[in-house]
Amino acid sequence: MTVATERAETATNGKNGSNLVEVDQLKVYFPIRAGIFKTIKGTVKAVDDISFEVRRGETLGLVGESGCGKSTTGRAMIRLREPTAGTVKFDGVELTSLKPNDLRRLRRRMQIIFQDPYGSLDPRMTVGSIISEPLETHRLAKGEGKRERVSELLKMVGLDPSYVNRYPHEFSGGQRQRIGVARALAVEPEFIVCDEPISALDVSIQAQVLNLLTDLRDRLGLTYLFIAHDLSVVKHISDRVAVMYLGKIVEIGPPDTIYAAPGHPYTRALLSAVPVPDPQSERRRRRVILTGDVPSPANPPSGCRFHTRCWLYENLGKPENCRTIDPPLREVGGPDQKAACHYAEDSLKSDVGVAHMDEQKIRHGTPEVALRFAHKSTAELIGEIPEGDIDQALIPSIEEVPSADGAGDEDNGSKPN
Amino acid sequence: MELTPDEAARITREQRESSAAKSKYLLEVKDLSTHFFTPDGVVRAVDDVSFQLGYGETLGLVGESGCGKSVTALSLTRLVPNPPGKIVSGSVVFDGVDLLKLSDDGMRKLRGKEIGFIFQDPLTSLNPTLTIGYQIAEAIRQHMGLSKKASIDRVVELLGKVGIPRARDRLNDYPHQFSGGMRQRVMIAIALSCDPKLILADEPTTALDVTIQAQILELISVLSDEFGTAVLLITHDLGIAAGMCDRVNVMYAGRIVETGSVDVIFERPRMPYAWGLLDSLPRLDDLRSDRLRTIEGLPPLLINVPDACRFNPRCAYARDACRDHEPELTPRDEPGHFARCWATDKGGWIP
Repeated sequence: MTVATERAETATNGKNGSNLVEVDQLKVYFPIRAGIFKTIKGTVKAVDDISFEVRRGETLGLVGESGCGKSTTGRAMIRLREPTAGTVKFDGVELTSLKPNDLRRLRRRMQIIFQDPYGSLDPRMTVGSIISEPLETHRLAKGEGKRERVSELLKMVGLDPSYVNRYPHEFSGGQRQRIGVARALAVEPEFIVCDEPISALDVSIQAQVLNLLTDLRDRLGLTYLFIAHDLSVVKHISDRVAVMYLGKIVEIGPPDTIYAAPGHPYTRALLSAVPVPDPQSERRRRRVILTGDVPSPANPPSGCRFHTRCWLYENLGKPENCRTIDPPLREVGGPDQKAACHYAEDSLKSDVGVAHMDEQKIRHGTPEVALRFAHKSTAELIGEIPEGDIDQALIPSIEEVPSADGAGDEDNGSKPN
Repeated sequence: MELTPDEAARITREQRESSAAKSKYLLEVKDLSTHFFTPDGVVRAVDDVSFQLGYGETLGLVGESGCGKSVTALSLTRLVPNPPGKIVSGSVVFDGVDLLKLSDDGMRKLRGKEIGFIFQDPLTSLNPTLTIGYQIAEAIRQHMGLSKKASIDRVVELLGKVGIPRARDRLNDYPHQFSGGMRQRVMIAIALSCDPKLILADEPTTALDVTIQAQILELISVLSDEFGTAVLLITHDLGIAAGMCDRVNVMYAGRIVETGSVDVIFERPRMPYAWGLLDSLPRLDDLRSDRLRTIEGLPPLLINVPDACRFNPRCAYARDACRDHEPELTPRDEPGHFARCWATDKGGWIP
């Protein structure tokens, strides 16, 4: 907790000169080809003129619906996609004009974790060779040193080092995602693009991987760009959140601020669409249901791209500038909050969509009382996990699940009748 | 005299309720077991599952992948692929008829008419080679014996109801011409086409974006109210269950481990698995952002299941009793609230 708070503070305070990645007027367009000669018939503006920075040590969440350009942004930032225009600076070095060799050297400092733990691991390679491949590429270790590093990495992500000769199909989705994390960590990067790293996993496994990513970040001082479509997950892990719509960033700021008082009507609509696992607050919340689908990025609406689905635009009587002028990101509302809306002030005043955050709210069903009655070793099991002690904190693999043999039996009297 | 949709819904519901005096429930599932016979052994995907669903009620079936929620839904309509799957025991009484004893023909008359389906993936559940209009009219012609013209009118009416603009112009479009959300609307139109008493919605919004998900959920809840249709909603998303359902069944490893009203399940659950699920969710309405509590380990394989609580290897509260015998679903404080747990049962060690 303290580590996390400190980290967040350094991230927010260190505004000056401590940006690790700076994105300036980035554009990524894809040509649409058609006909036998594959002539260019149009362009999909996947990312259209966005500028932002990732501060050293922070986690920047990037959210939006599918097709909004969030993955393309993430990839363009480490030049897995060539930007059409604009610049990306990594630690002061301009990436877009870098020669292949220099780029490869720099790639050691930036890595990516992919969404699909099934598609992103080569089924014919053992776990050991998957993780050691980046070590070889960057000539970081060989022989015994390499083997040691691989087993250290496996331990770091909570896998048993003896798994080194197994193949990806022998692992569950969550374990595979751990392998992906180990591969990314192998070269000791500073910056990791996490591209929907937990979307393909089950709820209980999501939490495990999310905890792993937070622990690693706090321990190794990593900077993340965390791409996800799930707003609750992004809120949980991020120091700042950027919301994208149709290739543009429409709002950016600290999650507590923008989740409590969004300055952009799209953020508000997005928040109102997220179901909250609390029946009472579900009944109480005011929703806006957006009509229609996201327009095609090949032919985006004029002016503000959101105006075709915007509830605020309707409420305000369809003001003309929404249709004609593309609103720039500007400072609104809370500290460090920016939104791209002509009428952000009206959005701030609304109460639509926001889930009521309640200090008093207990995590349901966790009967803290029960812990006193439960067996001591049980209490230890669920209780505090030493901060920073990652190996212990990590989840044992299936064979090592606490069989709770010890957790049990001094007081046998409590056996149910 | 036009009735408002609310009044109409109330009246249909009352009529249904009075005509169904013979049973309180539209659907009563008793001791349903569906096993898969594989070379590695018998997988007990659904094991002694019992629940009831009232007329016009929305019941949630929640759990992680592989817990048996989809197989339960398939079993209800006898759509389990056989081999390897087989319903080995139990009864499914739907509106007074035991579906498991019904002839294949009788079953066919029921599917799509009395029971509508909404599946997860609207792209693979619609036929790409047939027009939308044809696919919706198919069920109507099969079950309601309408003329071609009348059935087209009905299709247009349905498409309008599910919010597809310019419905008449889109009858001859193919599924690929629709977006994901629109396809799911078409699925809903098919499900509702013959005024079913029950809709099985199996992860209806999992493949959709969150704003489209909100549209579809709203549509399902408005239309099921209007038509007085009961909904069995299968989902892994607890937030959706909280917003949509009247009652919720929590499934784990082929068993229902807890059942109760939505308020009870989300506020006072009495089963460590339910606690774990709720705790492991990052939430929008959370102020803290500490570590998430997790459920350690993985769900068990459903081959050779021992007589023990299926959750015990992952349960922080487990004791010997949990490893020796599997607990039954026993009542808890609130009426209608049942949980399968020694620890929170009478005389258990969690008060």
